[in-house]
Amino acid sequence: MQKVFERPKSLNEKPFHYCPGCGHGIVHRMLAEAIDELGLHDRTVLISPVGCSVFAYWYFNTDNVQAAHGRAPAVGTGLKRANPDSIVISYQGDGDLASSGTAEIIHAAARGENFTVIFINNAIYGMTGGQMAPTTLVGQTSSTSPYGRDPKFAGHPLHVSELLATLKAPRYIERTSLNNVVNLTRTKRAIKKALDLQQKGEGFTFVEVLAMCPTNWGVDPSEAVDWMESSLMPEYPIGVFRDARPGEAKS
Amino acid sequence: MMKVLMKGNEALSEAAIRSGATLYFGYPITPQNEVGEYMSRRLPTIPGGAYIQAETEVAAINMVYGAVSTGRRALTTSSSPGVSLMMEGISYLAGAELPAVIVNIMRGGPGLGNINPEQADYFQAVKGGGHGSYRLTVLSPSSVQEMADLVVLAFDLADKYRNPVMVIADGNLGQMMEPVELAESYPNDHDRSSWALTGAKGRENHTITSIFLEADEMEAHVHHLYAKYAEIEKAEVRYEEYMTEDADVVLVAYGIVSRVVRTAVEQLREQGIKAGMVRPITLWPFPKAVLQELAQRARFFLSCEMSMGQMVEDVMLAVNGQRPVYFYGRCGGHVPTPAEIVAEVKKRV
Repeated sequence: MQKVFERPKSLNEKPFHYCPGCGHGIVHRMLAEAIDELGLHDRTVLISPVGCSVFAYWYFNTDNVQAAHGRAPAVGTGLKRANPDSIVISYQGDGDLASSGTAEIIHAAARGENFTVIFINNAIYGMTGGQMAPTTLVGQTSSTSPYGRDPKFAGHPLHVSELLATLKAPRYIERTSLNNVVNLTRTKRAIKKALDLQQKGEGFTFVEVLAMCPTNWGVDPSEAVDWMESSLMPEYPIGVFRDARPGEAKS
Repeated sequence: MMKVLMKGNEALSEAAIRSGATLYFGYPITPQNEVGEYMSRRLPTIPGGAYIQAETEVAAINMVYGAVSTGRRALTTSSSPGVSLMMEGISYLAGAELPAVIVNIMRGGPGLGNINPEQADYFQAVKGGGHGSYRLTVLSPSSVQEMADLVVLAFDLADKYRNPVMVIADGNLGQMMEPVELAESYPNDHDRSSWALTGAKGRENHTITSIFLEADEMEAHVHHLYAKYAEIEKAEVRYEEYMTEDADVVLVAYGIVSRVVRTAVEQLREQGIKAGMVRPITLWPFPKAVLQELAQRARFFLSCEMSMGQMVEDVMLAVNGQRPVYFYGRCGGHVPTPAEIVAEVKKRV
């Protein structure tokens, strides 16, 4: 009998520690599949951030390095410049990338560093217990915006893909979502495309994935998908923000 | 080998390159800009070499973290305020047991301070600065030749113990020119195959991390680090003694101040006072044993620094109350003169 579904080779057999309904497990699997399908396992170095995915390295049997909060793109820069033949993947959440690490992500993108960033945006701090993130929506409650994010005092959410798309150097920027099967397929395709572009030495690639955090949103997993569609996706439209070599007009 | 005239900042740069550190990450700050400028000229011409002007010192130290994770040598340099920004990354390097070299060309502080030389980052380098239980090996050059030699040693010690090494030099040493002799190349043959991130091809995957959730695991890791630090303390203490054999008065100084103190010792001897000097070359591990031994016969110690008194605390710990330990220091960019130090000694004789 032909085997049609199996555990990706780049994942080990450890069960994920993530909460029920969390998006990380889905993206971990897609990333591992993409690494396998492109035959990149032996060259991959995965950077784990600070946040819920701090232990991403527990699951990937590629080489791994854990980075300080927000600093993964700087660590990735060092890894890739030291070993240009490696495939470097920086896996980061929204507190890590869009708050503590804004300088690092913007400058790695501006230099056109030839590595891939997977940016998980769930509009909240997961690991520390549901605090307001730079990506938290206006009016969204969190443990540090108990009355809802008030733009008068806490400003508006940061749109990282749009922000990076203003730069000249990035090669590929796409935002996807985990809300339904079509978008899951798109997410997988985007991740694979990013890794493939990196493999070809084309430059900085960035995939933002809108993901659910039922635990810290205070809803059950199916309500989480509803909230993604009704609130998160209107604020963060999915789509390709850049798909062109630096200097080429098409984007 | 031919002697060439170089600035301290250039000598350390060339020594790093010849030690195989052809990756440099840094951010401009005075008085160490010659390093970045030198590296930006040299490294793009070397195969595999890379120079990156980082967005911040925070990014620079994390680029080093990534680069050395691959098993290659990398250098970053900065000056006091910039080194403060690197403290997070340095703690991670120590926690993750990565062999990095950081050079601090110290300037005046606190705060933005000024761009004049000082030695007021001793505590930061020697006592911690970053969070958590860790130690850096800390080296202090006192000449342009030593700027080069100690950077070579720094890379060797970093690799030998898989621990970051910091070289701290006052701004004078970065800026002044002296003749230097450099070898064509320096050894870079440590085996890093058991941990370096080169891709998990035909072997178990490697992981570099500093997080240990379980109390037992965390404690075991810190104990492992401290066992390593104990080895460094046993094997790597370096210092120079000058006229200490019969010294009644022992002056302790490092960096540029040690050169002033050397003159002061000679002047004191001419005036009939038996003075001598201990110059620590490793600030950590600190040369405790030699001070303990000298405390058996010297009458008192005087620590001379370009700070308000930092190394003096380690001199006191070493002497452990057996003899009086005094302090003389200047700051703001003032270098103590031989006359000031002679007067300070004569006050106590």
